[in-house]
Parts: sequence; structure tokens; C-alpha cells
Amino acid sequence: MSMLLEVSGVSVTFDGFRAINNLSINFAKTELRAIIGPNGAGKTTFMDIVTGKTKPDEGRVIWGDRNISLLGMSESQIAREGIGRKFQQPTVFEAQTVRQNLAIALKTPRGPFAVLWHKKTKSNGALIEAVAEQIGLSDSLTRVAGELSHGQKQWLEIGMLLAQKPRLMLVDEPAAGMTAEEREKTTDILKEAAKTRAVVVVEHDMEFVRRLNCKVTVLHEGSVLAEGSLDHVTSNQTVIDVYLGRANA
Amino acid sequence: MHRSFFAQNPSVLWVIATLAVFTVAVTLLSEVTGVDVISTSFVKTLGKTLCLCLIAIAMDVVWGYCGILSLGHFAFFGIGGYAIGMWLMYARTEVIVIESLAKQPIPATPSEISDAIGNQIFGVVGSSNFPWIWAFADSLILQLLMVILVPSLLALVFGWLAFRSRVTGVYLSILTQAMTLALALYLFQNDSGLRGNNGLSGLQNVPGYGNVSQATISILFFVASAIALGAGYLLFAWIVSGKMGSVVKGIRDNEARVRFLGYHVESYKLFIFTVTAIVAGIAGALYYPQAGIINPGEVAPIASIYLAVWVAIGGRGRLYGAVIGAAFVSLLSSWFTGGGAPNINLGFYVIQWTDWWLVLLGLSFVAITLFFPKGIGGLFDLLVRKQS
Repeated sequence: MSMLLEVSGVSVTFDGFRAINNLSINFAKTELRAIIGPNGAGKTTFMDIVTGKTKPDEGRVIWGDRNISLLGMSESQIAREGIGRKFQQPTVFEAQTVRQNLAIALKTPRGPFAVLWHKKTKSNGALIEAVAEQIGLSDSLTRVAGELSHGQKQWLEIGMLLAQKPRLMLVDEPAAGMTAEEREKTTDILKEAAKTRAVVVVEHDMEFVRRLNCKVTVLHEGSVLAEGSLDHVTSNQTVIDVYLGRANA
Repeated sequence: MHRSFFAQNPSVLWVIATLAVFTVAVTLLSEVTGVDVISTSFVKTLGKTLCLCLIAIAMDVVWGYCGILSLGHFAFFGIGGYAIGMWLMYARTEVIVIESLAKQPIPATPSEISDAIGNQIFGVVGSSNFPWIWAFADSLILQLLMVILVPSLLALVFGWLAFRSRVTGVYLSILTQAMTLALALYLFQNDSGLRGNNGLSGLQNVPGYGNVSQATISILFFVASAIALGAGYLLFAWIVSGKMGSVVKGIRDNEARVRFLGYHVESYKLFIFTVTAIVAGIAGALYYPQAGIINPGEVAPIASIYLAVWVAIGGRGRLYGAVIGAAFVSLLSSWFTGGGAPNINLGFYVIQWTDWWLVLLGLSFVAITLFFPKGIGGLFDLLVRKQS
């Protein structure tokens, strides 16, 4: 099976600190993957590289069926290629309604003049309602996003990603600050999304990762330490030493 | 869901209706109809105020909606004024020169006429040659084109360089201040070709209409300014509503989010910066014929800072707020500094408003920023809330 995203031999250094060290990691077209690792393991930097925010010093990032390199592309170009990103802090447009937030994200032409002449259509309206249904915000479409609870904002941001119809969703700590009930719903949303695309979740919370029930990649000091099921990686002695062991120490 | 544009933007109809009523009322009460309650000079003040309202809504779009605190939009306003001023001054001098040379027994050659015009215009800076930038000054159409072309080109080049390098926030504000300062310093030079610190004068006279009274001309410019403000309001209301408005406000509130949604943020900023620069240029082109004179001091950095103060006091992020702020503060300013406001005698000290107005303005700016961040326009929210 050909890969959706192939990251190989990527390194990046910030002021002498090697945040990513010869990292190689691949994602299939449809899969759910969790990336875990202690603080400073390079999880967020990895996302920054894939989404074009950070340029690596060396290595390759190859994307899609046409095997194009993402390096040298701008953030907005990469997003248009089909990579959606959810930030750690929920970032939605708080001054605008839930509907407007989703409408902005819909996969429509992105140029200023196309947007200026943009007309609302029934099919786009239906898409917005479908996404709102999926993230449980159907009743809140006319509410201002700033009024939403923390959990609802997280869902709205995931909804914005879904509206964008990405082929790869990078989701940074979606369950942070959520109640147990909200976490369960978030798990469902992500699992559902991963049926038709690749969803990569960066998470600290082991319980949440266990519930996702997917392949896990452990990052440590900027490279892959272990990969496999959660049980497999948590029984790995090096993982226990660097990650779990540290908590006991 | 498919509500009409006016239903979504009720302020557009209100502003246009108010403008229409105001324009008719001022015209009826002016010298033109013989009623003469409003003097010609006050008609000019009101017309100029409308132009300031027009640049204020442009400022509100770039700052209040897109989050770019430009402290250089008066540069575009000044360029618009200079562009139209060049034609006004050239064409009027030409009329005068031809008239005076016609009295000579031998008809003047074109080069003699041209030299005489050059002498009249540039004698004050010790020159009589036309600098290259006056190449189109004899054509009204081309100079009107310059009103739009020069500000848009400057905005495009400046904006492209600044936004591409992702200069934001206070750094961008400083750059825009530098831009308008550089323009002022350039214009101050005698060899800039725009008469140095003398600027362009006599702009209140429209060439070819020497026998039309200033009362009539002032009303024509007043009406033109009102129409421009109405059209500008409509244009900006359209731009900031709908999806464009959504994206632009998104850039203001969270640039990175917009970028990661696949929008090329820089193009949007450049679009907004350039469109507002063009409108500022048009506002300037209408303002200076009413003011009668333009000089480099007009594009000094402080002018653009005032503009930001008007918009902040009026309430940014709402177009009518900018209109209210610009009209209120600039009229109040001319009342205080024009000697309209009575001095206050404290016994030991006399507060003279010509000196103290700036202090009052500064204090109100601080007070509004701290206590009423929504500005005067925010009062309308209270009204609407009470009704519902």
C-alpha cells in the first residue's frame, strides 16, 4: 500500500537544540494513529514541519499519490493540499458564529476575489449542517463561538477541520481540559473521521489513547522510539525507561 | 439563511438616508439658495468632514476589521490631494497666463506659454522647468487616474514587502509611520518638483469655471463628497460582510488559524490594504479642493495617528462608528482650535482651548480606550439591546 505521507530522515535544530533528529514516520491513507512522548520529544515540532510552519534542516516530506515534496510549500498551500491541523489550544474565531466558523473552513476556492464574490449555496449549507451534526453542535449554529464551552470549542475546531475535507488531520491534544463524557464523544468523532482519511492524534493522556484503540508511535528526543499497539509499546523496556519510568522516578 | 444584504447590514440604509437628508438640508440652507444660514466656508468645513469620514471608514476596514493598525493612510490621502492639485494648479495657471499673454501685440508661442506657466508655478522654489512628475498635469483624466493609480501602486509595493515578511503588530505600525514620514520629507524638498513646503495652492478655484461663485463650487464638492462617502460605505459594507468579512475578521483574531485553513493571508491583507489606500486617495482628492491648499505637513505622521484616534473614539469594527468618530472629533477639533470654545478662567490660570484641546483629546482617547473600548458607536448596541 502506498503511503499518504512519508517523512524520512528529517532533522531540525533550534539554537543548537536538536528538536527532531533523523525522524522517519509514515502514514497510510486511512488510519488512526496516536503519537505520544514526553515533553520535548518533538511532537509539536513534527506537526510544524508537516504543516510548513517550520523548515527542517534536512530530510524529505513526501505527500500523496503524486509524491510531491511538502518542503518549500507555504502553510496555506499545504492546507489546500489536504492537511488540516488542530492546535493544542482551541483556536476558533470567537467573534463569529459557529456557522460562520464552519463556512470559513468549507472546501471552497480560497482566493480573495473568489471569496469576495462567494455566494451561499444550498449544498454548502447542507455540508455545514452535516458537520455540525457530526460534532454535536447542530443546535448551536447561530451561537457566537466565544460563548461555547471549552469542549465545544475543541469540537468546533475539529469540525472546521472536517469541513475542510482534509486527507490528513493532525490533531494536537484534542482531549485536553475535557470531561470524561466529552472525551468519549471526541473519541467517537475521531474514530469516525479516520474511516475515510488519516487522523494523527498527539496526546499526553494514556487513557484517551487506550480508548482510541489504534497504532501508537512513541517519540523520544526527536525520533521514533517504538511503534505498534499501545500494549506493545508500553511493554517495551526503553519506552518504560524514558517515558513511563520518568513518572515513577 | 439567505437574507438580503441590507437586512444583514441595516446601518447601510441608515447612513445613506442620513447622508441624503443632511446633503439636501445643507444645500437648501446654503448661500446657493439665498437662505444663507450656512456660510460657504462652513459648507466647505462640512464637505471636508465628509471626506475625513470616508478615509475613517477605510481606516476602520484595515484596522478594525483586518487588524492592521496602519498609521500611514494619510499618505494615500495626501497623494490623492497632490494628484488632483497638480491639475487644478496647472490648468488654472494656464488660463491666467494665456489671458495675460493675449494682451500682447504678438501672439505667444506654445513654448513661451509653457515657460510662463512654469515660472508662475515653480518661481517660488527658484525654478521654471516642469519636473517629470508634472508630465500629465494638463490632463484632468490622467490626473484623476493618478488619484487611484499612485496610492494603489504604493500600497501594493509597500504591502507586498511588509506582509510577505510577516511584519505584524506594532512593527507594521512603525513601518507605516516611516512610509508617511518618508513621503512628507520627500515632498518638503524643493527639488521634489511639488513646490517643497509651499505645497500646492489656489485649489479652490476650478479652472474654466472662474465665473462660478465659490458658494456654488463649495456645494458641488460637498455633494460629491457625500456621494463618495455613501458609495464608499456601501463598498466597504459589502466587503466586510459575507465570506470576505468572515475571513478578514478571522485574520484579525487569529491569523495562524486562517492560514492553516488554506487561505493565503498575505493576499487578503494586501487586498484590504490596497483597496483602503485607493479610497483614501479618492477622499484626499475631494478634500483638498475644498481646503484650497495642500502642503507636505498634511502627510506628517501625526495626521495618520489622528485618524486612528477618530476610529478608536467612534468605535472600531463598525463602519458607522468610524463615521461618527471622524465627524465628531474633527468638527469638535475645529471648534476648539478655531476659537469657538470659550476660554475658562480659573483665576490663577486661563485655559485656552487652542492649547488645551490636544490634552482634552488625549485624555478622552485614553478614557475611551480604557472604559469604552467599543467607542461612541458602542452606544448603539445599548439601544438595540433595549428594543429586543
